Amino acid sequence: MIAALQQKAILGTSKRHMAILVCGILGLGLITVAGNVQASALHAAAHDVRHANGFACH
Amino acid sequence: MILKSLTSGIVAGAAAGLFTGLLQLALVQPVLLHAELYETGALVHRGAEAVSARWEWSGIDPARDGLSLLFSMLIFAGYGLLLTAAMSLATEGETSISPRAGAIWGVCGFVAAQLAPAFSLPPEVPGAAHIDLSQRQIWWYATVAVTAVALWLLAFGRSNWHALAAIVLLLAPHVIGAPQPEHFEGPVPQELAALFASRALGAGLAGWTVLGATLAWLRKHSAESSV
Repeated sequence: MIAALQQKAILGTSKRHMAILVCGILGLGLITVAGNVQASALHAAAHDVRHANGFACH
Repeated sequence: MILKSLTSGIVAGAAAGLFTGLLQLALVQPVLLHAELYETGALVHRGAEAVSARWEWSGIDPARDGLSLLFSMLIFAGYGLLLTAAMSLATEGETSISPRAGAIWGVCGFVAAQLAPAFSLPPEVPGAAHIDLSQRQIWWYATVAVTAVALWLLAFGRSNWHALAAIVLLLAPHVIGAPQPEHFEGPVPQELAALFASRALGAGLAGWTVLGATLAWLRKHSAESSV
């Protein structure tokens, strides 16, 4: 019983860490693509928002 | 748990991004469009004749403004995911952050992601003088990262040494200095540039506050509904 509970707690912790990692990586990726990547179509589409959110744009 | 975290981060971020995008369209975009007339030379500041400070807004541009709303939602979805990761790390998986406390989390996110970089690289109107983009982007990422760590140490550090380290980290990017241009060359009147920077920061603060409160509410709500 105790072993099973411990196992569950360990699984819960590793799932939580995985969720933190996935959110962190995806969040950083989204900000990089929408805010910082300089491909010209992306730059043109995101131009006004980049200026308004204080990203380095040009 | 992964799906739930992703969903609440993206939904809260998209909602806050829509709110911020609309706020920017109403209060920041007109200043940007006015500044663009000076960037392109359609208006000239300090020419032979004084230029009127009044300007008629040209109205909604569906394609341009629609893309701005979309990208505002994408950027805030990114902020929302990072805030989800930070909240989850701080609460050890519990969802005990109230929407009011979430708003304070949002203000801290604003300080890390917008106010701290703006302290040395203020939001620019189009046409402002600048140097190599990649140097500024590296400085931007480094500043956001060390400011976030500093705020974390201030909030959760247990000794005075943590607070001291936080102060050093908060100051470091600005003491080292952001990449600055060699010459001033901006054709846009300083009145417009200053208004743009403060409006951009104000809209950012409002957006991040909404993001933090909405995210905390969503996390609480989704935890309660699954019990």
